[in-house]
Amino acid sequence: MQQKHFWRFVIGLALMTMATALGQSEADPPVSDTLAVADTAAISVPAPLPVTNLIARDKPNDRGYGISLSWDLSPDDTGGTQSVLGYRIMRSTTPDGPWDSINVAGSGDALYDHIGPRHEGDSGYFPDHTDMYYRVDVLTADPGVAVSSGVVGPVQSRGQWFNTARTVVFLFMIAFCGLVIWFVTHARRGKDLYVRPLAGIEAVDEAVGRATEMGKPILYLCGLGDAAEVPTIASFTILGRVAKRVAEYQTQIIVPCRDPIVMTVAQEVVKTAYSDAGRPDSYNPDSVFFLTIEQFAYVAGVNGIMLRDKPATNVYMGKFYAESLIFAETGTMAGSIQIAGTDEIPQIPFFFVACDYTLIGEELYAASAYLSREPVLLGSLKAQDYAKAAIIVFAILGFLATNVSALGGPEWLAGFVDLFQVRE
Amino acid sequence: MNRTLPFLLTFIVGFTIVIATFSPPLDRLAVDTAVFFSIIAVFAMILGGGNLVKINLVKITRRQRDWQFAIVTLVGFFFVLIIGLFKVGNPGGVTGQVDAPGTPFFDVYTYVFVPVGATMYSLLAFFIASASYRAFRAKNREATILLIAASIIMLGATPFGTMLTAWIPDSLDIFEVPNLHFFLMSSPNLAGQRAIMIGIALGVISYSLRVLLGVERSHIGKDGG
Repeated sequence: MQQKHFWRFVIGLALMTMATALGQSEADPPVSDTLAVADTAAISVPAPLPVTNLIARDKPNDRGYGISLSWDLSPDDTGGTQSVLGYRIMRSTTPDGPWDSINVAGSGDALYDHIGPRHEGDSGYFPDHTDMYYRVDVLTADPGVAVSSGVVGPVQSRGQWFNTARTVVFLFMIAFCGLVIWFVTHARRGKDLYVRPLAGIEAVDEAVGRATEMGKPILYLCGLGDAAEVPTIASFTILGRVAKRVAEYQTQIIVPCRDPIVMTVAQEVVKTAYSDAGRPDSYNPDSVFFLTIEQFAYVAGVNGIMLRDKPATNVYMGKFYAESLIFAETGTMAGSIQIAGTDEIPQIPFFFVACDYTLIGEELYAASAYLSREPVLLGSLKAQDYAKAAIIVFAILGFLATNVSALGGPEWLAGFVDLFQVRE
Repeated sequence: MNRTLPFLLTFIVGFTIVIATFSPPLDRLAVDTAVFFSIIAVFAMILGGGNLVKINLVKITRRQRDWQFAIVTLVGFFFVLIIGLFKVGNPGGVTGQVDAPGTPFFDVYTYVFVPVGATMYSLLAFFIASASYRAFRAKNREATILLIAASIIMLGATPFGTMLTAWIPDSLDIFEVPNLHFFLMSSPNLAGQRAIMIGIALGVISYSLRVLLGVERSHIGKDGG
């Protein structure tokens, strides 16, 4: 009896396998497609309600080739039958089609920026100043069930010459630049300007004098930034002043660089400083040299110099990262006086605890003006002080306006606060 | 001329980038300028390598102090340069990927350079300890405040800090160490950082303006002013 059942099972299995093989060879659909059809057929999806209030407009504050779309979600997206899988964005150059599928936004998304390439040969080219029509199709799990919105258009994309989202920044920049120019002009006329002294800057002369007395070199680092970064450019300016003092005192300066362009500029700066000091013959071209571009290899090289040459003074000015404390602690162990300045906020505490003098943030940019004491440069520092005062006033006004507005104050207060929101 | 031309270039490129910040059609110019800089940087690498070789050769030939280290530097430099440039031992030959796994260049980078770099970085742990020891000595009022704040921050980041003040009733939970830690980081610390950031931003604008207008030009070879 059991043997009979066994043979029935084997024959049945063979027939099923043959039937499956024959079916596949006739229709020849891939297995995955067969499954997909079977799954879809099994799902019964009611037609969702379409999106409403579809709006298409030129994307603001761009260089053209962009249309912003917004719509109200289908009621069946987050509520209702919850059958919405996504929204397909369709575009055409006529209200009647043919329609191109642009992209699919996910369920819950009610915004889409259509940004196309600006070159005619590129796929999906998006011409400016051309009428476009859009519609949004609601997609469900059933590819056969998709509900279209109404057609909106015509709409044209065009570029804007001015980014209005940055108007406040632009106005502030103009006001600040005006202030700088005004103070610089006043300084040129000989008006005396007082700026508070900076201990770190005043220590430069003392540090150079100490190096001269000890007969040891001064080590100057321009940081790890490249030559295009503002802190590095500020560092070049300070290097020029330090090198001039070094030339006057007839001591030695060592400038190991991490970047070849920084090295080239630093060589020129030091050479000019020696010429300005009237000692061009004392300039040693090998005093400014390239070490390596790799961060910790550079650290190893500089630390080696510190421990072998024991410089009397280490000056760190520019962009520094994780290596700041390694430099500063090694310098402390070598017994050097250390002056540091950086605008990297996370590194300021490290320099602060390990160095004798630290220029904090903006003081790095002010250093050249302090060192030269030239009225024209000091004038720009005065402008900075006034700008900071203005920012403090605006911060207090913003604080008051936000709170009064939140407590039911007049609407214009909220508008005032909104003026200062950062937008792209 | 050698000072006027750099100044003119600085002025034109600098103001173009400033204008591009506010004018979307010009934003491409700012990107292109960064590409120009990268191209120049590639050529400068040759300059850097040449300088490295020159300085170390001089040190060796003149038998300057520690000249033996210069030999190590040059041997390392040329060894990596040759195996990287000529793709020595690369299974793909000269057309193979320079950093393909299994090549000598890859091995030198992975098994020598990376561990040595990590060793340098790990020194930071010891240096933080020694710097903290010096900084947190309560030698005056400011240092005492620093010590107290740092202790709270350190304790607040550990389970021990939570355990230490778990007995404080809910009505006074502001005095629990993790909450004090959060307050110090999110209020006084953040306020201080933002103040420094605003100062830096103003300093950068002011300094950039001085450079663009040619008031500050010591970086292009003239004593500023």
